[in-house]
Amino acid sequence: MKIRSLILYSFISSIFLFSVISIWKILSTLQGIDLKNFNFAIILSLGIGISLINLVIGDKLNSYIKSIVFASFFTLIDGFIIQNMPVWYNIGVFGIIIFHSFKIDKYNQKNLELEHSSQSVLFEFLTLFGIVLFSFVILFPFYMMIVTSFKTQAALLINPLDFSINFAQDIKELFKSYFVIFDTYKFGRYILISTFVSVGTVIITLIFAIPAAYAVARLNFFGKNFLSTSILIIYMFPAIVLVIPLYTVFSQLGLRNNVGGLLIVYTATTLPVAIYMLQGYFKSIPKELEEAAIMDKLNWFGIIIKIILPLSIPAISSVALYVFMIAWNEFLFSLMFLDNPNSFTLSRAIQYLSGDAETPRQYLMAGSVVVTIPVLFIFVYFEKYLVSGLTAGSVKG
Amino acid sequence: MSDTLSKIEKRTAYILLLPAVFLVFSIILFPIFANVWISFKEVGLKDIRIPEPRAKKIVKSIKDSSDEIKIIYKLRNSSLILDIRDVKFQDKTPKNVEPLNLDERCQFKSNIINCNFGNWKAKYKENFQIILKNKKGEKINKKEIKSIKPKLSGKSDNILLNTNFTLKNFKKVFFQNEFFDLLMTTFYYTFFGTIGSIVFGILAAQLVNQKFFGRTFMRSILLFPYVGPVVALAYTWELLLDPYSGTLNNLLLNFQVIQEPLNLLGQKYLTINFFGFDLKLRLALTTVIIFEIWRYFPLAFLFILARLQAIPKELYEAADVDGAGPVQKFVSITLPQITAVISILFMIRFIWNFNKFEDIFLLTGGASGTRTLPINVYEQGFTISDIGMGSAVSIVIVALLLIFMFVYFRLLGKRADEN
Repeated sequence: MKIRSLILYSFISSIFLFSVISIWKILSTLQGIDLKNFNFAIILSLGIGISLINLVIGDKLNSYIKSIVFASFFTLIDGFIIQNMPVWYNIGVFGIIIFHSFKIDKYNQKNLELEHSSQSVLFEFLTLFGIVLFSFVILFPFYMMIVTSFKTQAALLINPLDFSINFAQDIKELFKSYFVIFDTYKFGRYILISTFVSVGTVIITLIFAIPAAYAVARLNFFGKNFLSTSILIIYMFPAIVLVIPLYTVFSQLGLRNNVGGLLIVYTATTLPVAIYMLQGYFKSIPKELEEAAIMDKLNWFGIIIKIILPLSIPAISSVALYVFMIAWNEFLFSLMFLDNPNSFTLSRAIQYLSGDAETPRQYLMAGSVVVTIPVLFIFVYFEKYLVSGLTAGSVKG
Repeated sequence: MSDTLSKIEKRTAYILLLPAVFLVFSIILFPIFANVWISFKEVGLKDIRIPEPRAKKIVKSIKDSSDEIKIIYKLRNSSLILDIRDVKFQDKTPKNVEPLNLDERCQFKSNIINCNFGNWKAKYKENFQIILKNKKGEKINKKEIKSIKPKLSGKSDNILLNTNFTLKNFKKVFFQNEFFDLLMTTFYYTFFGTIGSIVFGILAAQLVNQKFFGRTFMRSILLFPYVGPVVALAYTWELLLDPYSGTLNNLLLNFQVIQEPLNLLGQKYLTINFFGFDLKLRLALTTVIIFEIWRYFPLAFLFILARLQAIPKELYEAADVDGAGPVQKFVSITLPQITAVISILFMIRFIWNFNKFEDIFLLTGGASGTRTLPINVYEQGFTISDIGMGSAVSIVIVALLLIFMFVYFRLLGKRADEN
């Protein structure tokens, strides 16, 4: 057995164990448990011990029995050292050790002797570590957003780390922040406006983009190459340089504080990418179909309606979803163009709420949950379409 | 014959393109050129409101005579700076009513009062009074008179349309605006944000490219920061990072990692003692860059993952036969296959990070050393209310962007030549 592989194996696996348990400790702390220490030395030595014993036992014990033995052993010591831990905390630790034992189970004295074994160990555990860490870092803010919206300012002042939700309380108390933002801050209205703007943008963008994309994909005309390059270049131009002229012109035309003005701007900014995505798809439709249609004396309108549209439902839906998401999440233009609370979109409304330092943060988080949930839901539900859209459009953001 | 066909084709193409091109031209290209125009002018936020003649109508009854009524119009010029020329006034009266002692600037004809008020200076104010009398001696209905709104019109100069130009804005941008500092901050933010998001993108793609339980689920999760609304995410982070009530600081204090709370978004420098050297870290800027990486590494991840999945499996199998280890495989197979994607990503993200406004605006508002060029556009235009300055900064951004794009397409062209 290589010494290097052995050291690496026991050390890396213990570090992995330590980090998973630390994350569990952080999450438990946020449930109001009083934990003050990660106990690095203790957990590391326990982990090294377990990994070495695993090598000694090898295949002599059934892996299920082995993992249960390890888990009970660890939980006993951990729970014994850090006293007064609730049962659910120890169950979590137990589960983590079971998972960990299954991961180290496949290492034995033999395969640590193989060539590159130290690298394989490193890669295996780095992957696991990466998965745990990435999930934690990404999901943690979302988790905090949700739990904060169910707390009260007073409760957070008493213990700023206690985010446990009391499900026993009255439903009206539990969802208080949500009731408040809908009753006092008119979030129902903002949801309607946001939906109207986003859906409107999708419809108008498609009406403008489909014919244009068809022309770019199929027809020959003077300036075609120039147009396709300019679509890309225009796409690179940021909203921030458009803001001042649009603001001045829109104020003079009375288009500020007007949902119509927002619709125009959103449509124009999403058009280039919509055209770019659609023309790529239109090009992949066999030309013979249209040639047959021309024989049947169909004009271009007929061709688009009867041939192109039915064949490009997937591409059109991915453009539609993508445009919807851009319009729903958009913030800069709604900040610039809307300053009357009667015409706010959701994003603008939340920003307006935060502008008042008195606003309790659970209201802010409740608003954030309200604006985030629809996008994430749409994203998870239509992921296949959206991912292809995201890569094709190489998405602005 | 074919000539007419191609003519028809051309005409159809133009018809199909026209609406989209018109819209994009007026909302995207026109403002870019308008920026040039505005940036050479001295325009404040208050100047862009077109001056309007306004009148507030107040109706009062006169004692002892129910057939007479007094109307007071509070006239004013809405602008504090600009004059209005040739102000015209019109108001309707009910039937059977006539004005007494009508002002000489006005005429009464078929139930309509028409007035010619001439020129109004800036801040002009006047209380204009009319007494109406019912010809038949009946009571005048106050509500009916109140419900009719007077119409006013006038001509005024539009400060945006005159031809007074100045170089003042550009002088201010380059010499009074800490321009170098702005540029460096923007550059740090852009460069490290881009590099960071690509590095984490590679790591994440490498992870998800392996087989494990819950892989598709993992892929969805990794994209969450990218698809979530920026407002919600920025405020959540702000809450997490708050020095007093924030969860992160409380956790760190609780586990005794730090002794004093860190003001991650509000402190410009953090001094770190590193082997006896005092290093100054730009704390708020670093935090903002970390948020940037957190939010945009998913895009890099998505691109690189797509590329990784297109690498033929045979390459790795051949490497296995040759006895290559994981590190060797990554360096000599994976890395060369993704360099093209990485270079494209680098340039795209570089340009977009350079223009990023919302993220910094929502997190710090540009305070504590996080003021980048796009933030400066907003500050100049809407906080200091100097539209001309804001435009001038925009022009600087556009110029820098054009340089980036030129380099980008140059390099892209070169790459295409090489292949």
